[in-house]
Parts: sequence; C-alpha cells; structure tokens
Amino acid sequence: MSVLPYLVAGWLFLAGCVGMATSRNLIHAVGSLAVCQSSTYVLLLAVGYRRGGTAPVHSDIRPGSRPLVDPVVQALTLTDVVVGATVTALLLALVVQVAKRHGTVDPDELRELRG
Amino acid sequence: MSPRTRLWVLACGVAGVAALLAVTVWRLPPFGGARHPYGERAVEAALASRVANAVASVNFDQRAFDTLGEQAILFGSVLGTVVVLRQTRDERRVEPEPAGVAGPVRRYALIALPVVLLTGVYVVAHGQLSPGGGFQGGVVAATGLHLLYVAVDYRALKRVRSVHLFTLADAAGEAGYLLLGTGGLLAGTAYLTDVLPLGTFGTLASGGTVPLLNAAIGVEVAAAVVVLLARFLDQAIEIVTSGEEGDRAPGTDGAPGTGGARPAGGTGRADGADGPHRTGRGGAG
Repeated sequence: MSVLPYLVAGWLFLAGCVGMATSRNLIHAVGSLAVCQSSTYVLLLAVGYRRGGTAPVHSDIRPGSRPLVDPVVQALTLTDVVVGATVTALLLALVVQVAKRHGTVDPDELRELRG
Repeated sequence: MSPRTRLWVLACGVAGVAALLAVTVWRLPPFGGARHPYGERAVEAALASRVANAVASVNFDQRAFDTLGEQAILFGSVLGTVVVLRQTRDERRVEPEPAGVAGPVRRYALIALPVVLLTGVYVVAHGQLSPGGGFQGGVVAATGLHLLYVAVDYRALKRVRSVHLFTLADAAGEAGYLLLGTGGLLAGTAYLTDVLPLGTFGTLASGGTVPLLNAAIGVEVAAAVVVLLARFLDQAIEIVTSGEEGDRAPGTDGAPGTGGARPAGGTGRADGADGPHRTGRGGAG
C-alpha cells in the first residue's frame, strides 16, 4: 500500500491534536504537541524515501553507485527535531512556572488571569 | 463552552481534517518512488562542493540561511527558558547535599563520561563526512557532561559546569554562525555562500565553510542543552519557595538559610547501602 506512511503521519497528527484538546494536564498537553510534531518527521521521511535507496552519505559508498534517499527532507527533519526539543523545553519551563504560581496544571482550572 | 460542546467541535474538526487528509494522500507522489528531483540535485550539489554527507551540505551550504533561522529559534527558546526559570523574589536557593551512588553506577558512568564527550566532538568534527553534525554531536556532548551528575552528584556537576561560561559559549556559537556568513559578503557574493577552498573530497578539511558552520552549531547546541538542563536541575534541586507555601520543601519553612534540612525528594531508596541518600532525584514534585 503506497499511501500507508502518509496515513500514519496524518493519524499521528490527529492523535496529537485530540490529546492536546482533551488534555487535563499541561505536561500531557506538551507531550501531545510533541506527538503532533513527530507526525511531520514521518511525513517528511516518507516523502523522501526511495525503494532500495541508502543513506545520502558518501563516506563508504562510491558516488553514483547506488540510489539514495532524498537528503533535503532529512535535513529538514534534523533541524525540526532539535528545534522541537528546545521548544518543548521552553513550554515545560512555562508549565513549571504555572504550577508554582497557580498550584495546578489542569488547563480547565486556569481560567482567570492573575498577576 | 461546556466540555460536551467542546468535544463535539473537536470531533467535527478532527473528522474534517481526517477526511481531507485521506483524500489528499492519494494525490501525493507514491511512497518509495524513484522520482526525487530535489534530492538528486541536492546530492549533485553536495558532490560538487566536495561534501560527502549530503545532509550536511543541504543544512550548511544549500540551505544555510534556513539553518540560520532554525538556530535562531533554538537560541530564542533557550533565552526564553532562562528567563522563565529564573529565581524569583519569593524563592531562595538551598545547597545541594552530597549524595552516595551505587558503586557500579559510579564506575560505569565515569568510564562512559570521556567516551561520550569524545564521541560528541567526533560527531561534530566529522559532520560533513559521515552521518552526524553539529546538531547531533552537540546534544551527545552535552548529555555526556551530565553523566557526572549520574556518577557523582549535583555539586560535582556544578563545579565543572559554569552556567555563565556555557551561556557565553551559546552566544559565541550563534555569533560564529552569523559572522561566518559574512565571509560571503566580503568575497563579493551572497551571505553564507561557501567561499573557502573546497579541499579534497572525504577529508576532514573538505567542504569549505561547511565544517566551520558545523562546529559553530555544535558549540551552540551543546551549550544550549547544558544551559537548559542547568535551569531545570536548578528548579528541581536548588530553588525552593520560601514563606508559607513551602510545598516544594515541607519542613523547611521559615528560617531562610537552613539549607541542610531539605528532605530527600520522593525517591524512597532507604536501603542505606551507600551512604547518605541522594538529593533531589526526581524530587520536588
């Protein structure tokens, strides 16, 4: 089935969205966002895959001797992973402060603004 | 909006997006197909600039300006985390206590520490030759440093890890990337153009500016991860709220400065086989 990886990416994205929307805990919400983001990795790598292809690195293969998978999407995924990790860290830092100031991490209980 | 209505809105949205995705995927190029026009051109360009790792060439040569934006996001997130997790007026620091570690853990972590650090540097340095690069190697090296926390304790980590220095290194990595880009301007071409001699294919100095940009990113990522983890570890171990809401450290309310009275988190390892209890592990929840 030639569209299964794309469907997996879509399923991951929606699962993350449902997780975020129904979350009762901000840490869980940040985790769900990470699931959403991982769907982009699956999509990008699926787009770049080539049957029988190998890694686009010429450290041990002669250039042109074998088909290669797409390096562009791999580079995009790579930066995505690193940036995603640090953004997750920033969000978790916000959760730490929310928990300290409001004494809860349930988004439904965080209705009012407080200085 | 009541929770029930909200679920219905969510269900409609999810069903709509799912239907659109299900229709769209059939029009995408088939999975595993042989036609990758961008990939083929990127590999050609990588070989032309004598970079063996095509991914590194895409990141640091063909799309170097894009990577500049990505690493600016990284820098911004770290800056934001440092600001958000600072010590506020109603908080104070307690000195972390010395902690005992099981013998095998200490031995293996201390053996692994230099190996992991070296691996990190290796992965950064060979970024244009073999799989890896500044992003990956930086994370490996920064993680390796924290084996010291696993092997000894937080005080040992604090002694060798000056957060101030790593903050400077983070900024230096960012500045290094920006300044290396101006080399193109000085040579009369576009910003971040690879203007240095390309060297011999497959050697450590090949690829012109690619290894240099890789190194700048490696320094930035390693320093960024160290600073991030330092802020989180500070929150978990050192910083406690003073005053009446002492829920982070029950029993130490009042009397600021009595740091020794900090309870030992919630780890509950009371076998006493290895000296005093480890402080702050997974604690302060």
